[in-house]
Amino acid sequence: MNPVWRKRALLGLPLLAAGGAGLGFLAMLRGLSTGNYNPHGVPSALLGKAPPEFTLPALAGSPQPAFGSAELRGLGRPVLVNFFASWCVPCIIEHPQLMALQRAGVPVFGVAYKDKAADALAFLARRGNPFQALAADEPGRVAIDWGVYGVPESYLLDRQGIIRWRWAGPITEDTMSAELQPLLRRYSA
Amino acid sequence: MRRLLLLAALLLAGPALALDPAEQLRDPGQEERARAIGRELRCLVCQNQSIEDSDADLARDLRRIVREQVVAGRGDAEVMDFLYARYGDFVLLRPRLSAATVLLWATPVLALGAGLLLVLAMRRRAGVAAGPQPLSPEEQARLARLERAP
Amino acid sequence: MIPEIGQFALGLALVLALALAGFGLLGAQRAEARLMALAPPLALGMLLAVLASFLCLVASFVENDTTVSTVVANSHSLKPLLYKISGTWGNHEGSMLLWVLILALCAGAVAGFGRNLPSALQARVLAVLGLVALGFLAFILATSNPFRRVWPPAPDGLGLNPVLQDPGLAFHPPLLYLGYVGFAVTFAFAVAALLEGRVDAAWGRWVRPWALAAWSFLTLGIGLGSWWAYYELGWGGYWFWDPVENASLLPWLAGCALLHSAIVVEKREALKTWTVFLALLAFALSLLGTFLVRSGVLNSVHAFASDPGRGVFILALLMFYVGGGFALFAWRAQAMTPMGVFAAVSREGALVLNNLLLCSVAAVVLVGTLYPLFADLVLGQKISVGAPFFNTATLPLAAPLIGAMALGPLLAWKRARVFPALQKLWWVALGALLAFLLCLLLAGARIGPALGFAAATWLIWGATADIAERIALFSRPRTAWARAKGLPRAAWGGALGHAGLGVTILGLAGMGLAEDKLALLKPGESAVLGGYEYRLESIADAQGANFSARRAVVQVLRNGQPVVRMEPEKRSFPLARMTTSEAAIHSTPLRDLYVVLGDEREGAVVLRIHNNPLAPWIWLGAGIMALGGGLSLSDRRTRVAAPAPKAQGVRA
Repeated sequence: MNPVWRKRALLGLPLLAAGGAGLGFLAMLRGLSTGNYNPHGVPSALLGKAPPEFTLPALAGSPQPAFGSAELRGLGRPVLVNFFASWCVPCIIEHPQLMALQRAGVPVFGVAYKDKAADALAFLARRGNPFQALAADEPGRVAIDWGVYGVPESYLLDRQGIIRWRWAGPITEDTMSAELQPLLRRYSA
Repeated sequence: MRRLLLLAALLLAGPALALDPAEQLRDPGQEERARAIGRELRCLVCQNQSIEDSDADLARDLRRIVREQVVAGRGDAEVMDFLYARYGDFVLLRPRLSAATVLLWATPVLALGAGLLLVLAMRRRAGVAAGPQPLSPEEQARLARLERAP
Repeated sequence: MIPEIGQFALGLALVLALALAGFGLLGAQRAEARLMALAPPLALGMLLAVLASFLCLVASFVENDTTVSTVVANSHSLKPLLYKISGTWGNHEGSMLLWVLILALCAGAVAGFGRNLPSALQARVLAVLGLVALGFLAFILATSNPFRRVWPPAPDGLGLNPVLQDPGLAFHPPLLYLGYVGFAVTFAFAVAALLEGRVDAAWGRWVRPWALAAWSFLTLGIGLGSWWAYYELGWGGYWFWDPVENASLLPWLAGCALLHSAIVVEKREALKTWTVFLALLAFALSLLGTFLVRSGVLNSVHAFASDPGRGVFILALLMFYVGGGFALFAWRAQAMTPMGVFAAVSREGALVLNNLLLCSVAAVVLVGTLYPLFADLVLGQKISVGAPFFNTATLPLAAPLIGAMALGPLLAWKRARVFPALQKLWWVALGALLAFLLCLLLAGARIGPALGFAAATWLIWGATADIAERIALFSRPRTAWARAKGLPRAAWGGALGHAGLGVTILGLAGMGLAEDKLALLKPGESAVLGGYEYRLESIADAQGANFSARRAVVQVLRNGQPVVRMEPEKRSFPLARMTTSEAAIHSTPLRDLYVVLGDEREGAVVLRIHNNPLAPWIWLGAGIMALGGGLSLSDRRTRVAAPAPKAQGVRA
């Protein structure tokens, strides 16, 4: 190669690096608007695994039974485990979707996270109770075993009881149609 | 975007500056160890702060877990593994060496190496450019004249 | 009316920037004196137009014009005047306008003070600055118009984020922007040099003052930001290796390398290609920071509210300027031939080592900052790269850098010998060793802080040794004073800059010994930390301009003698529905006493008490570094050839 061009190739390295970074940033920006790239999301470390071993007490004064890891095994159908709290504003936004799931016959297991039993019951009395079983995690330790970092947070378990999907933040109607419904169909089959 | 706002609202709703004196361990050596571990762990909800530097509820819970395990006599690696199993790579502020992070950890060596190569190449080129040049015809003629002169 | 005038002025500035870029480049290309002569007046016109626009925005904030959406979103009638004014740039739109204003000020300075520049070079530099201004003015007008009206007018503004309502933060962005934008001038000089195909000693002399000024302002800006984090965030932390902090550190590192390599260009006509590259790089990294902060790709506390649309626009600008600059570099820089050849052991050699290490540190910070983004994008893996990584990965590079910093200035140009220089430093090395051992002895086997004290001693005494050597203090003490007066200010500035870093490291080492304690106290009770007794006297309500607060009164005693009364607060801002904590800090040369007020329960309050040895020196050191830069800038030799050392007057 001609020495001038060899020199140009070396001097062109910064341009190459800048161009590569630029393309990367463009992909990130596109991903931001389509939702494929989210700098704030934290993936679950439990995907593809069984939930951690735990037992939780029932929510005091609630007719619903409590549940632990034993109750999540061998149900033979996909279930949703939902961590919520009465003090959590996004949980209110999510609630109608949980009610819809219950009406559709999907078992939803609820965990009241760092909540007083009376407050949680009042919350459910006012907005409806979508839960088949309801446990209380007032210290919030079991939630940490699940890798929960904020409420609401939901986990989808397949028929074998393996965690297949985790959603941090409220399940909106968009989330239902774009993510949860297709997954439910896939894991019900 | 809306979810982000909601998340922000959720975070702000928590009590500001929830400090609990009971949190600190009585044994200064154990407390020091717990802090060293805590500084390696990311507070997941507060972006780029370690759990030792954050007021968030979750950070406080994680601090407590770290301290319980330190008191229970677990080793540093065991405590980190405990949280790693729950929150994955994201919780570690010092990424573990893996196929995905090997470039990151190699950066200091790569940068220094590439710089050294560049300096060596520059010196060689500059050395060639400034090395002894053959005499020009005028200079040769002048040299010959000087040599002939008695 | 005022917002419309502001908008009009902004449009006018855009037209002037376009004319400046077009006529300047064309005139220089065709060597037409008449076209080139248009550049300075156009640059001044652009400055006036942007200034008018900026003042209109300030006026809208001061009179709380609630028909302007930026005002509504970021201000409030009850806010103190200072924060109404600083609120002008406490938001995305206004801060972009400030950015362009500072760019226009720099262009104005090159136009006004650069009369001794060759006219083609001046025209090209101004044209490139006009081109940069053009892009950002278009960005403001297209996506972030600060003068957008809302109708009907809102009853009042929504208030400024209370965390940002702070004097330190009022001046942090302008200083940072002075730094970032200052590198736009070195960028313009680099592009002009590439267009002309010539880099010589004179070019080095013109670029260096700009690099110095930009670097000094950036030092102040970063220092102020770090100080703000220390006293406002209430955790005693001062540097988090947050991506946004790193984004300001990167141009600082590149700028630091630039102002050292420009010395080599000036004195020895070597390292020319490299210096041009650094001049391009410093601005590229400044723009990268702007992009990262404003595009929303980052996971950071400091980031502005994000908008991918704006992100794409800034990315396009970034790629145009950076890509254009580097493309020109790839094409034209091969023609620059090195002139001088030098030995490895020489002043030039030491400066090359400085550049090598500084750029390696910059590479680590850059890769560490961007790695999580690209790991997520390319590998789909979420990883965190935080303080432990940066500390581990930069320390091995910073240590030899600090080692060489004291040695370098003692080496002669062209060819030097290490041992004579080391001989002059033996007492410095002894001092560093002593500091190391003393710290180990007193602080009980803590290697990190001890190494920090050693490094600080090495740097501060090394700088002293440098000056002592230059004025021959020990060999001919009688005439030393006369020589000290005759010593060029650049020599003093360099020594001061190096010593300033030593002072900062002294503070960092001290903070390595910091301790803190949580205490639950009832009035009358006290807690003890680091030999000080903190007695809670009372806790009561207090009222501020737009917040209400709980305020504790803490009496600090040492050996039973009162030292100071401290009043930490917890403020709640009803409008922003936020609470902030105001730490009470008592600074002394030896330590900061730092008290944070926490929750109250059953008549008792939680206090977090910090004892931070030597903490104030961290930021004092940054001030000393900037002062060193300023002193070098005021050197007669810099001033004679420089386009505009007085351009630092933009501070006003």
